[in-house]
Amino acid sequence: MSLLGEGLLDLAWGLGLVGMIIAFYAGWRKEARWAEVARRIGLVMAPLLSLTVLILEIALLTNDFRLVYVTQVSRQTQPLFLKITALWGGQNGSLLFWSWLMSLFLFAAMARADRFPRDLLPYMTGVLLLTQTFFLLLNRFFANPFETFPVPPADGRGLNPLLRHPGMIAHPPLLYLGFVGFTVPYAITIAALLAGRRDEGWLRLLRRWTLVAWLFLSLGLLVGARWAYDVLGWGGYWGWDPVENAALLPWLTGTAFLHSVMVQERRGMLKVWTALLIILTYALVILGTFITRTGVIASVHAFARSAIGVPFLIYVGLVLVGSLMLLAARWDVLRAENRMESWLSRETFFLLNNWLFLGIAFAVFWGTFYPMFSELLFNEKLTVGPPYYNQVTGPMFAALYLLMGVIPFIRWRRTPGALLRFSIGSSALAALGAGALARAMGVQHPWALLGFGLCAFAGWGTLLDYALGVRARQRATGEPWPLALARLVARNPRRYGGYLVHLGVILIGIGVIGSQFYQRETQRTLGLGESLAFGGYRLVYQGIRQYTPATEPDVVVTEAWVRAYDRSGRLLADLYPYVLQYDTGETLTPPALRATLKEDLYLLLSGWVEGGNRATFKVYINPMVSWIWIGGMVLILGTLVAVWPTPVPLPAIAGLERRPEEQPIPAS
Amino acid sequence: MRRSVVLGLAICVLLMVGVLMTGAPAQAQPPTPVVPDDEVNRVAKNLYCPVCENVPLDVCDTPACIQWKEEIRAMLAEGRSEAEIIDFFVTRYGMRVLAVPPPQGIGLGVWLIPAIGLPAAGLWLAFRLARWRRPSPASEPVSEPASDEAVRALDRWIREHW
Repeated sequence: MSLLGEGLLDLAWGLGLVGMIIAFYAGWRKEARWAEVARRIGLVMAPLLSLTVLILEIALLTNDFRLVYVTQVSRQTQPLFLKITALWGGQNGSLLFWSWLMSLFLFAAMARADRFPRDLLPYMTGVLLLTQTFFLLLNRFFANPFETFPVPPADGRGLNPLLRHPGMIAHPPLLYLGFVGFTVPYAITIAALLAGRRDEGWLRLLRRWTLVAWLFLSLGLLVGARWAYDVLGWGGYWGWDPVENAALLPWLTGTAFLHSVMVQERRGMLKVWTALLIILTYALVILGTFITRTGVIASVHAFARSAIGVPFLIYVGLVLVGSLMLLAARWDVLRAENRMESWLSRETFFLLNNWLFLGIAFAVFWGTFYPMFSELLFNEKLTVGPPYYNQVTGPMFAALYLLMGVIPFIRWRRTPGALLRFSIGSSALAALGAGALARAMGVQHPWALLGFGLCAFAGWGTLLDYALGVRARQRATGEPWPLALARLVARNPRRYGGYLVHLGVILIGIGVIGSQFYQRETQRTLGLGESLAFGGYRLVYQGIRQYTPATEPDVVVTEAWVRAYDRSGRLLADLYPYVLQYDTGETLTPPALRATLKEDLYLLLSGWVEGGNRATFKVYINPMVSWIWIGGMVLILGTLVAVWPTPVPLPAIAGLERRPEEQPIPAS
Repeated sequence: MRRSVVLGLAICVLLMVGVLMTGAPAQAQPPTPVVPDDEVNRVAKNLYCPVCENVPLDVCDTPACIQWKEEIRAMLAEGRSEAEIIDFFVTRYGMRVLAVPPPQGIGLGVWLIPAIGLPAAGLWLAFRLARWRRPSPASEPVSEPASDEAVRALDRWIREHW
């Protein structure tokens, strides 16, 4: 088994290396036949790595404890489902999983090779194969999932308890899909730079690939937040943990890229900047994988420390230096075609947006890595926790909401003042109204009031843009408004999908402000039948029980039973917070949750004495957290709308779609 | 309903036998604490123990952290203030126990670089924009770099439809 797996890995990295060399040669010499060879090698990677993954899965399913990796993430009694997901439960397997997902993206790109201009394709193949080969070499020589024991143990240690939750099973694949997804736009950009492309035709290839990667990364972040909320039991969903930050960083630069690429498409400006952003995003993706997989900055996720650190850093360094040198060499090709014409133009506002996103990314990067710098340079370890991030990034996020409210009314090149005065005026009124309403409902904190006001400002502006569009359509066509709305969105999915994403972000903002400023908590010890009153709830401790589930014999579950009543004594819910104690010594305290749109009642069992006669509970009241998840769904929906294929046909210009040199390379 | 019956039965069995639970770690505090848990957590919220990195003390339930919390409780019972307690832990374990280093010494860098860097980047951007906006006669005739008619048509198409 191990020999077969290693053999396949050897074959894959060998082929990848050869393919990469062929691809760059084909690009350099403009050899169509060699380009086709490289393309086919790219196609072969997916089946080859699928087979490799399958072999590791078989080893996991058949309890092949000769393999070191299997003993690290599985055990005899592990449920079937968790044996399957154990593939990405440890470092070496998850790197193989990364490579496999990457090969699927590579396959998708190569299968649609006829869509790429012929001069770009070989370079693109080369860059993709370079990434693929790097990870395969890592997998083969530094983090080999097929490494065997000389004397196999009888049983394994089992999957890390934190990873046995459905959220954690979905979170890594989604995040990784987002990560590997960004290698395609990076490859397209580098290919365009290498080929010295002066036109912007290749940008249209970039957009959908970037949006798909962004979609997965967003989903990964959202599912990760939900998992933290449901499993970690500290009352929150985002802790500014280094590993969370590592996933957020490429999301921030990727989002900046999605905005700046619009300026490049429309106005032919910011070309160097846009290329820089995608290079940065790719480097952060590699860095993110490095941080998550090596635990270089110790964190709650640091279950993976190993010797892959040095190759990772070398690779990130080479990528950055190489890409930036290429960018410098192509500076003249990337000169802007147009100039800024007015301060009040979309171009300016997108630049502001980029400044804020990069500013946030820099602040997050700085906070994440500062403890490492201080340890290396001054030999003193520090903690840079949530207060830093909230204080530094908070105002910048607020400014982004301001931009979101204004941008629908800003035009390319220049904006008529009258339009702006009307729309901004109405948005400002909406913000004031929302602020007054929040004040009347008891919100007192000035920053929270400002935050809600900004959300209303941004929300009103976005909705007004929809309303104006629908009304214009209705006037022109006489359609009823739902149809007009649907057609409006279908006609310009990119714009209205984008604004739907904005609406999702606004809803998330409302949830974050509510839960950040108004979270309340208490901790009490109760005897059986005793109750505690907190935040309008009365919680009665009814009992406790302890058992070991048949599916997971290595865990002892202690589950308390608490009844929640409201002020009038109406029973709201039976809550069952529990503690999981694993025989490895780890414990987990997942909460019991009663979620409403207004607030979440989040109950933890933090301890018990006297055989359960007395138990300690921690209660959180988290206002408006549900809006984060609703906003997340709206965000995903908006991205899907934006990424949906447009029905607008390509213009029928002679020789455009089938220019001789853009003909798909014949299959034979 | 059925669940509560089962649960009730389970509780009876547990109370009668009583043995099962004796092995469970007593994670809770003494039954009648002098200082309420909420007071302890108010202080613990701002502290990080050196072992459980990035987990605030108030939500950390490892034995070491529980011990820290008991120390805080004892100090609060002695009438010591929150600042005094935090100082005590900083003296014993170093600055890393704080959620954020104070803006002095090596902690200064955390705050100083973003505080200077971000506005500086903004100023630079404004300066660049102002210069960029002024049309310079030399580059006024915007040269369409794509010589190929088809490529230009494609560019136009992208601008119209995307």
